Amino acid sequence: MRYHTPTSFSDAAAIAAASSGTLRFLAGGTDVLVQMRAGMVQPDDLIDLKHIPGVDRIERTAEGGWKIGIAVPGIVLGGHAELMRDWPGVVEGMNLVGSTQVQGRATLAGNLCNGSPAADSVPGLIAAGATVTVTGPNGSREIPVEAVPAGPGKTNLARGELISAITLPPRGKNGGDAYLRFIPRTEMDIAVVGCAVNLRLDGDKVVEARVALGAVAPTVLLSDACARAIIGTTLDDAALIALAKAAEGEAKPISDKRGTKEFRIEVAGVLARRAAKIAYDRAKGMKA
Amino acid sequence: MSKIHVTATVNGDPVEFLADPRETLLDALRNHLDLTGTKEGCGTGDCGACSVTVDGTLVCSCLMLAAEANGKRVETIEGMARDGLHPLQRKFIEHAALQCGFCTPGILVAAKALLERNPDPSETEIRYWLAGNLCRCTGYDKIVRAVQDAAAEMRQDHRGAA
Repeated sequence: MRYHTPTSFSDAAAIAAASSGTLRFLAGGTDVLVQMRAGMVQPDDLIDLKHIPGVDRIERTAEGGWKIGIAVPGIVLGGHAELMRDWPGVVEGMNLVGSTQVQGRATLAGNLCNGSPAADSVPGLIAAGATVTVTGPNGSREIPVEAVPAGPGKTNLARGELISAITLPPRGKNGGDAYLRFIPRTEMDIAVVGCAVNLRLDGDKVVEARVALGAVAPTVLLSDACARAIIGTTLDDAALIALAKAAEGEAKPISDKRGTKEFRIEVAGVLARRAAKIAYDRAKGMKA
Repeated sequence: MSKIHVTATVNGDPVEFLADPRETLLDALRNHLDLTGTKEGCGTGDCGACSVTVDGTLVCSCLMLAAEANGKRVETIEGMARDGLHPLQRKFIEHAALQCGFCTPGILVAAKALLERNPDPSETEIRYWLAGNLCRCTGYDKIVRAVQDAAAEMRQDHRGAA
């Protein structure tokens, strides 16, 4: 195995494009090292991205959003008061990944590129309307987070391409987001179902909404039907019932050791309802 | 296969060694530096027995390559006792917060990292912080009480010194 430490994303992309064998990028390593140890992946080229300047930084964008470096670990996101104030749902999703020790290393970009449909940080990013910068041998492009996962363990990135930054849009006024997941214990488990809701209010009325569902399809889903169920409402009981029904309709889960198909469908509705309430309260400026 | 020259600071001492590119920090600590207090439980980041801090951040040393530790400051269980045992170590003995002891170095390192961030954690905060440290003798209640007691003593000492 060749261990590379490029100091720019273009160099990293060039090394990746030139590699003819098994290739992995290394940010936090909390998935890659487990896969290496299990013998699932034996990289010929391992490209450590942490020597690239800026990968450990969280910065305000000119527009008032946030640019998050690809090696920023969960514990740093959780300790960033301003980011937490703007996008609590995004941060709480990431902070649910693994233990304190894993939080010391694990990254948003890694959680996204690992391609798990149950990745806890991905629904929040998608609901927030986050984008990623994808750098390859021919330059960089900006794509929405929902365009990255292709299926369990797979992404739509081409060989030689990698994520070089994550950008969250400006929070703006009267907005709130939240992420909830179901697991059968209180900590250290993989989501049976996850749901993120991001919305904006005008007075009491929801005027914008994005709802993402995790672990109920081969990729995290962005659900227009769920968003339509609550836009134009005051999130009253009728709207919450419509939202739950929409989430149940969107969920196309499998049955596995974590939960049956029927259970996951029902829980998708429950979590959508609860996450929407929390997001609504946050948009109203109430503590939740 | 070419080896990677790694220099780091471990428990305050400068160290250097040649690491295989695939070698974890855990294996380097144990095999190159003879610091065998850090244990391998699962090797996949689930059990926390290999907990160390790197530049002050609590991590599983099995989930980090030795090469990634180049230039970093690593603290292990061997660096915990300075002038006598650390209060956490003493309280673990007093409360009998261990049975087989295999998870103990990792839990002590993790608990020390907690108390450095939060000198007065609630029981819930302690349990969440230590959720990634598994004890299969299931002595969790005694562990939590020992951490609370050590925290109380350290707060007292801190006030006494101030």
